[in-house]
Amino acid sequence: MLSFAQHLETLGYSGLTAVEVSTLQVNLGWRCNQACKHCHLQAGPDRPEQMGRETIEEVIRVAGSHAIPVVDLTGGAPELNPHFEYLVDRLHHLGVHVRCRSNLTVLLEPGKEHFPEFFKERRLELICSLPYYQQDMVDRVRGPGTFDKCLEVLRRLNRLGYGREGSDLELHLMYNPGGAFFPPPQGPLEDLFRRELAGRHGVHFHNLYTLLNMPIGRFQEYLLRSSNYESYMGKLMASFNPATVPGLMCRSLISVAWDGGLYDCDFHQALGLPLVPGLPQNIREFDLQVLAHRPIRLADHCYGCTAGSGSSCGGSLAAEG
Amino acid sequence: MSHYYEEKDLERFPEVGKYRADLFDNFMNYYQGVMSAGGALTVREKALIALAVAHTVQCPYCIDAYTRVSLENGSNLEEMTEAVHVAAAIRGGAALVHGVQMQNVAAKITF
Repeated sequence: MLSFAQHLETLGYSGLTAVEVSTLQVNLGWRCNQACKHCHLQAGPDRPEQMGRETIEEVIRVAGSHAIPVVDLTGGAPELNPHFEYLVDRLHHLGVHVRCRSNLTVLLEPGKEHFPEFFKERRLELICSLPYYQQDMVDRVRGPGTFDKCLEVLRRLNRLGYGREGSDLELHLMYNPGGAFFPPPQGPLEDLFRRELAGRHGVHFHNLYTLLNMPIGRFQEYLLRSSNYESYMGKLMASFNPATVPGLMCRSLISVAWDGGLYDCDFHQALGLPLVPGLPQNIREFDLQVLAHRPIRLADHCYGCTAGSGSSCGGSLAAEG
Repeated sequence: MSHYYEEKDLERFPEVGKYRADLFDNFMNYYQGVMSAGGALTVREKALIALAVAHTVQCPYCIDAYTRVSLENGSNLEEMTEAVHVAAAIRGGAALVHGVQMQNVAAKITF
C-alpha cells in the first residue's frame, strides 16, 4: 500500500504544512453517555479522561491572548466535563465564537436539562450528531432509544430558536455512515434530511455536514471483525482526491487533548500521534507563530480526509461529482 | 476456481476490455453516461433502479455494487427492500400474465 505521505509526494507535495490556526479544537474528555459503534476515541460512560481546571485555564488564556476566532468543543460528550459551563462562560465573555459538538442525548442527563437555555444565552453554535433521519439506522449506530431522544432534544432546541430559518442560533447536523460505506454527497443528503425531518418529525436545522468513518478506534475493530478492513482501506486509497488537500482541516485547526497535549487533529489524538518533534507539545507551550505554519504529521488514516469529496469536522471539502 | 462468483472478480471487470477494447470502451462510456449525475433522475433514484434490476437479472456483482451505491447515496434499507419488491412484483407478474398465453394455447387445442 502506498503510504499517505508517499501519495502526496507523487502529487508534488513534499509535505503538508498548516496555513493558520483559526480553530482551537478542544477535546474536553473521552467520557460519553453513549458508546457509538463508529467512535474513533472509543469514548463511553466508563472513560476516566477529563480535562482538568488547570488545562481549562490554559485554553482560555490561549484563546484570549491569541485572538483565535473559534473554539470547537468536542469529546466524548464535552457537556460532561465538570468545567464545561465555566469554560463556555469565559470564552463567551472574551468574544470567542464557541462551537459545541453535541450528541444531543446528553442534554437529557440529570443536571444537564438547563443546557439548551445556557447555550442560547451564550450563542453557542451547535453541531449535533444524527447519522440518519430514521430510527433504525440511528439506534443501530448509537444505541437503542437514541433516535427518539435526539428528536426530543432537537424539538426543544427548535422551540428556543435553534435551527430555524433566519435564526442566528446555529444548529447543524453531522451525518456519518452506519457501516463500512462512504457518506453520500452532502447537498442531496441535506435536502433529504430536511424534507424527512421536517415532514415526519417537525424538526429543523441549518446545515448538514457529512463525515466519513475513520478506520481507527472502535470503527477499525468493527472493520476487522467484519472482514471489511482491507476493502475499506483500498477504497479510501482509490478515492484519493487531490482537490481536498488545500482545505484539509489540519491546515487551519489545532487539536488540544484532555491532558493539554497538542495534535494535528482529533484522529491523531486518538492514536497518540502528537505534533512532529521540535514543535510545542502542550498548550502550556502554545506559540501561534510556530504552530500556524507547522509541518503536519501524516499517517495512513489521513486517506479518510481526502477520499472522494473529502471529509472534515466541517463536512465535505471539495465539489461533489 | 472454487466458485463461479468471487467477490474480488468485480474489480477485474476492466480485464474484459483486454480484447475488443473499442467495444468495451463504448459500453463504459454509455454506462457512465447513463449512471452519472445531471440527468432527469437523481443518482440515488438510478441506484435504486439498478438495485432492482440487479435482482431480476440475479447478478451478485451488481447486487453488491448497487447495495453500496444506494447506501452511499442516502437510501435506507426500507427503500432498498421496497425496490427489490418492485423487481419481484414485476418479475412475478410477468410470469403470471403468461397464464393468458397458456389459456390461449389450451383453448386452441382442447374441446
